[in-house]
Amino acid sequence: MDTRELVIEVRDLVYTHLRDTPFAVQALKGVDMEVWRGEAVAVLGPTGSGKSTLVQHLNGLLRPQHGRVRVLDYDLSDPNVDVRALRRRVGLVFQFPEAQLFERYVGDDVAFGPRQLGLSREEVRARVREAMEAVGLDFEGFKDRLTFTLSGGEQRRVALAGVLALRPEILILDEPLAGLDPAGRRRLIALLRRLKGERGLTLVLVSHDVDDVVLLADRCFVVADGRTVMAGTPRELFSHPPATLAEFGLRPPSIMTTMHALADRGIPVRRHCLTVDEAADELARALEGG
Amino acid sequence: MSRTSPVPLVRLENVHHIYAGSRPVEALRGVSLALWPGEHVAVIGPNGSGKSTLARHLNALLLPTAGDVWVKAWNTKDPRHLQDVRATVGMVFQHPDAQIVATVVEEDVAFGPENLGLPRDELRRRVDWALDVVGMSAFRRRPPHWLSGGQKQRVALAGAIAMRPELLVLDEATALLDPIGRRDVLNAVMRLNRREGMAVVTITHFMEEAALADRVVVMCAGEVVLDGPPHRVFGHAERLRAWGLDLPPVTQLAHRLHALGFPIPPNIVTVEALVEAICRLQVAQGREQHTQKHS
Repeated sequence: MDTRELVIEVRDLVYTHLRDTPFAVQALKGVDMEVWRGEAVAVLGPTGSGKSTLVQHLNGLLRPQHGRVRVLDYDLSDPNVDVRALRRRVGLVFQFPEAQLFERYVGDDVAFGPRQLGLSREEVRARVREAMEAVGLDFEGFKDRLTFTLSGGEQRRVALAGVLALRPEILILDEPLAGLDPAGRRRLIALLRRLKGERGLTLVLVSHDVDDVVLLADRCFVVADGRTVMAGTPRELFSHPPATLAEFGLRPPSIMTTMHALADRGIPVRRHCLTVDEAADELARALEGG
Repeated sequence: MSRTSPVPLVRLENVHHIYAGSRPVEALRGVSLALWPGEHVAVIGPNGSGKSTLARHLNALLLPTAGDVWVKAWNTKDPRHLQDVRATVGMVFQHPDAQIVATVVEEDVAFGPENLGLPRDELRRRVDWALDVVGMSAFRRRPPHWLSGGQKQRVALAGAIAMRPELLVLDEATALLDPIGRRDVLNAVMRLNRREGMAVVTITHFMEEAALADRVVVMCAGEVVLDGPPHRVFGHAERLRAWGLDLPPVTQLAHRLHALGFPIPPNIVTVEALVEAICRLQVAQGREQHTQKHS
């Protein structure tokens, strides 16, 4: 018996921007996706394929025009669904969320969400502290800093803390790593893995960076031209021929490209190594054995 | 394309930049740098190292607090040459929303070149060409605000290349593109670089992208700390890590194999070069074994 809990279910979702106007653009033409509690799922696909439109349905920012979106116990097609209650349990972090910081002080920005929940002062403070420490910002050191004096990576973590302070069960991140330097990326990837491992947070992330997806995601969905065209683990996904992947805007990680090229040249190596670690082990074996 | 002229296109002389405020921040601390016609330069560095501040000095969006920036013969502090400077150096930023001004894609792309006072048919040609280069011709009559983040980045890029600048500065301008889209846009930019000699400065966090440039400039804490061809810069693995940077994955793999005792150069930066090095090694090993068997 399958004991896993289905927390997101999207079936045949269709959405047209500016519907009934001359500028109508059909962004989603039939997307299917399911996410189980506690897993990390990546949504991949070409620029403009509808990924952001899809994830904006998951916390009720957009409502299905056709098809079905169920998140936790909420049916998003139901016009009477309690979207505010849903948003407390499903946090959405936008692209470049640091552009949306609006309070002068870091502590106030992180506290904005919990204050809206009508919590006591002590509870708000406790949540702000917890969320800031979760993203690696020392509470005492940062709460009274001016938001605009922080680096881009720090601002991104403030924005993330603002969403985590609502203690969501599901965290949706649209391009969370875009624009971060390599150290910032490593830190955020480690943080997301920890949130998933220690708190059982369910993660849905839109990302273009295959090297990072490989390190984070349990499963991937590829959305192209408004439809789900592939689904599977990163290894299954990147086992498709490079030409098939390219059709959907994807490239295998450069490590895998290297292994393909070596195998094509007759070096006896497995092609499907995704990370530097895997490839180094595989090559050491092949070259020593060779 | 590497340098072709004895005169730099842009010259920074001991440039300092301080953001004023209650806690002033010195974002550039004495940067001297020459950018040559036709060069393809990648600028890498951790967040907050001054890369974007540097970029904004290249076309007078920011002026030095101390020191000088020369674009050709024009000092960027001289307001009489502001238009010449901006027509010479084009810039595309990371956040596409800040750069979209018109309500229809093609008008947005035409906005810059219109200000150059071009005749109408030349304007039309440039807009068509620029939209084609970035793969957005099919979207020309769409309102840009309903495009995806990555599509807006392409539109912003089209607007910049339609100006036909001698130097194009891309400040993380492809961060929202899918991998194939990023490759296509970069290929298009590199074609403009090779065929038409347009100099390119790309500010990027993708080390693989930096490895494609002729020259990599590394910034840290407001200073240029390394400057050289990719294979030389990425040979400094320890220093790069200490600055919060990384090696391209292929270089990481070469390093690992080198550390395991295989005679692979640790500063390889492309897939092709790594594949060649491993194949050569395999052939050499095969020959050795063959000789042993027969001796």
